[in-house]
Amino acid sequence: MDLLMLSRLQFAITTVYHFFFVPLTLGLSVMVALMETIYVITNQEVYKQMTKFWGKLFLINFAMGVVTGIVQEFQFGMNWSEFSRYVGDIFGVPLAIEALLAFFLESVFLGVWIFGWDKLSKGLHAATIWIVAIGANISAFWILVANSFMQQPVGYIVQEGRLVLERFSDLIFNPNLWVQFPHTITAGFTTAAFFIMGISAYHLMRKHNPDVFQRSFQIAAIIGSISIILLGLIGHDQAQHMVETQPMKMAAAEALWTTEDPASFSILTIGDLSQRNEVFSIRLPRLLSLMSFSQIDGEVKGIYDLQEEYTQLYGPGDYIPPVAFVYWSFRIMVGVGTLLMLLAFVGLFLVMAGVFEVRTIIYKIFMLAILLPYLANSAGWIMTEVGRVPWLVFGLMVLRDGVSIVVPIGVVATSLIVYTITYAALMGADIYLLRKFAKIGVPESRDDVTDTPAEENLSLIGAQD
Amino acid sequence: MDLNTVWFFLIAVLFIGFFLLEGFDFGVGIMLPVLGRGGDTATVDTKRRVIINSIGPHWDGNEVWLITAGGAMFAAFPMWYATMFSGFYIPLFIIVLVLIGRGVAFEFRSKDQNPKWRSLWDWMIFIGSLIPALLFGVAFANLARGVPIDANMNYVGGFFYLLNPYALLGGIATVLVFTLHGSIFLSLKTTGEVCESAERFSRRIWIIVVVLLLVFLIATYFSTDIVSKLGVNPGPIPIAAMIAILLCGFFVRKQSYGWAFLTTSLTIGLSLSTLFMIMYPRVMISSLDPAFSLTIFNASSSEYTLKLMTIVALIMVPIILIYQGWTYWVFRKRIEPNPENLTY
Repeated sequence: MDLLMLSRLQFAITTVYHFFFVPLTLGLSVMVALMETIYVITNQEVYKQMTKFWGKLFLINFAMGVVTGIVQEFQFGMNWSEFSRYVGDIFGVPLAIEALLAFFLESVFLGVWIFGWDKLSKGLHAATIWIVAIGANISAFWILVANSFMQQPVGYIVQEGRLVLERFSDLIFNPNLWVQFPHTITAGFTTAAFFIMGISAYHLMRKHNPDVFQRSFQIAAIIGSISIILLGLIGHDQAQHMVETQPMKMAAAEALWTTEDPASFSILTIGDLSQRNEVFSIRLPRLLSLMSFSQIDGEVKGIYDLQEEYTQLYGPGDYIPPVAFVYWSFRIMVGVGTLLMLLAFVGLFLVMAGVFEVRTIIYKIFMLAILLPYLANSAGWIMTEVGRVPWLVFGLMVLRDGVSIVVPIGVVATSLIVYTITYAALMGADIYLLRKFAKIGVPESRDDVTDTPAEENLSLIGAQD
Repeated sequence: MDLNTVWFFLIAVLFIGFFLLEGFDFGVGIMLPVLGRGGDTATVDTKRRVIINSIGPHWDGNEVWLITAGGAMFAAFPMWYATMFSGFYIPLFIIVLVLIGRGVAFEFRSKDQNPKWRSLWDWMIFIGSLIPALLFGVAFANLARGVPIDANMNYVGGFFYLLNPYALLGGIATVLVFTLHGSIFLSLKTTGEVCESAERFSRRIWIIVVVLLLVFLIATYFSTDIVSKLGVNPGPIPIAAMIAILLCGFFVRKQSYGWAFLTTSLTIGLSLSTLFMIMYPRVMISSLDPAFSLTIFNASSSEYTLKLMTIVALIMVPIILIYQGWTYWVFRKRIEPNPENLTY
């Protein structure tokens, strides 16, 4: 493997890993804030228990998101220094604003929230978790400002071989941002909703504190259903935007080798990657045109034609991304998304009908479904980033021109291996703690703390107030 | 003052903020195995938890100063960011790695009873505090001393070039100043045995810090171009840094730990200011050819970006200072060694 491939692999692993934790933070912060707000307004003890229970899981997850985020900010300079030089005038801006505007808010007020239970008034304490939630979501916005620039560069001029910011407002109103940001946020809410529904299902199945977990399931089913509908609708807009701005990514996502009008949608395509053509496929006629333009015909360009077009535009080169990667990640994202939508509706139906005692298999499905959003989130980002290959900044800089040339290959290989091992070990610790506290649940009532086994009881005290 | 200078100043402020704030929580982390011992298992664990809880609400907010300094470098001086981060790859990689372990450790440590689990994360906190303190000291000493930068703004020195005696001295001095800073913080924030041993420790280590800083200052005359930049008499800032650390000894003996904390803060802030003054207007000094040095002009972003970022920083930094300052007021009480009231 060469330096470029190692650097890409390291970026992929650290970023996908970082994004295991981010979506849950985005959604769960708001839901915990909601629970605490209901507690402040109604003064019902059950909402305080909910806040503390979900809050603890939120914190375990949050810590992982924070620490893996440092790698992200440093990595641009460490592994992609040529890229940093080329786009720094623009790309550094949202990253610096993110730190000043959002990351400080999140980190400082989270500390206050964790340690401030008996030091602040109830209302002020609830306000601090809202600030954390808002900070986290603003943070996502600025990071996506940066990523959107790589997908669809706007507001720049080229000066002495570097990109220079011409209009800041163009970055903020980048059309790509306004499909990508809501897509990411709704994915975060969906992830959190399924997290809550799954763990609640575990306790409902065992009839542990039904009061807490019915209410939790209720809130999550409602928020989950709304967010997954929005997620789907925005995803559709995003696909249309992609056809317009990065047609090659869409062509790869559909394994559409030749231009079609009207274009068919692939259910399953088996291709010969060395020959770069299609061997076998099942396609639904006209559906891709319908998806791309909201009408039953319309030309969707194929990979070969786009390659030719780009060669004329940008000079000779290979402009075709790894098609199988993009194709399958797209399918996993959409397929899992559809499944989640069905499940969210089942959850909503149960809540509306007021049924919380169902067959064991239903609980188990919801428990397993905790993992599904993670699969879809990762697949979505893999598709977005791999689909842009060979571009680092679309139309302006290719990957091989952006990598750090001064870092020896052995050093990158070492850091890649050490990151991977460390991250795997941390994942083990994280899952261990999440499972442990998810299973402990909530004591039946306030005077009932002694019900939990002695050892776990101690650690509860250790970690709680 | 031109915007490039404004941004050089702002980045210096951000790094000074990081050294001041994370400085004491690194120091507290280094003190964890030093003060967190003596007595039976339960006593030791409570001591350690007191030590950790003293910085519990603050360490994350303190670390954001580093993230912000990095982001600000990227935005204002992308060439500096690119050259330094790719050139100092190995130390930065080690820093990031141990900071990951440290950050998670605070949250994870007390969530399980198993002594092996707790001891593992205690080590992470110790290493994650010691190593970054050392390596940041090494990095900044190298920035002031100069490193091999070629005509293409690339660092060509390799890892071991960074480990020269002057830089190592800077690293060790940083570790010790942070340890004293953290030890004084513990004297302010804890009670009982931990507090007493922190006070004792501060008194003992102070003289070593004074000697090391003096040696580092003298070495700075030989290893950097401080004479041509600041003159033989380096002016009020480095002198004030030395006076502050001398006063620290006086306050530590008088058991005025609030004043002592102020003096270590001044020492840290003014020493780092001195290094930035040696660098100015250069941001990466080339030891190969002065013409290859990165400066606030050839490493900077465009006028437009600098102006934009100036507006954002001038609005946000005061707001951040206010709300972060408020958290220190909220958690002004000393930590009692009562396991049931400890969060972490």
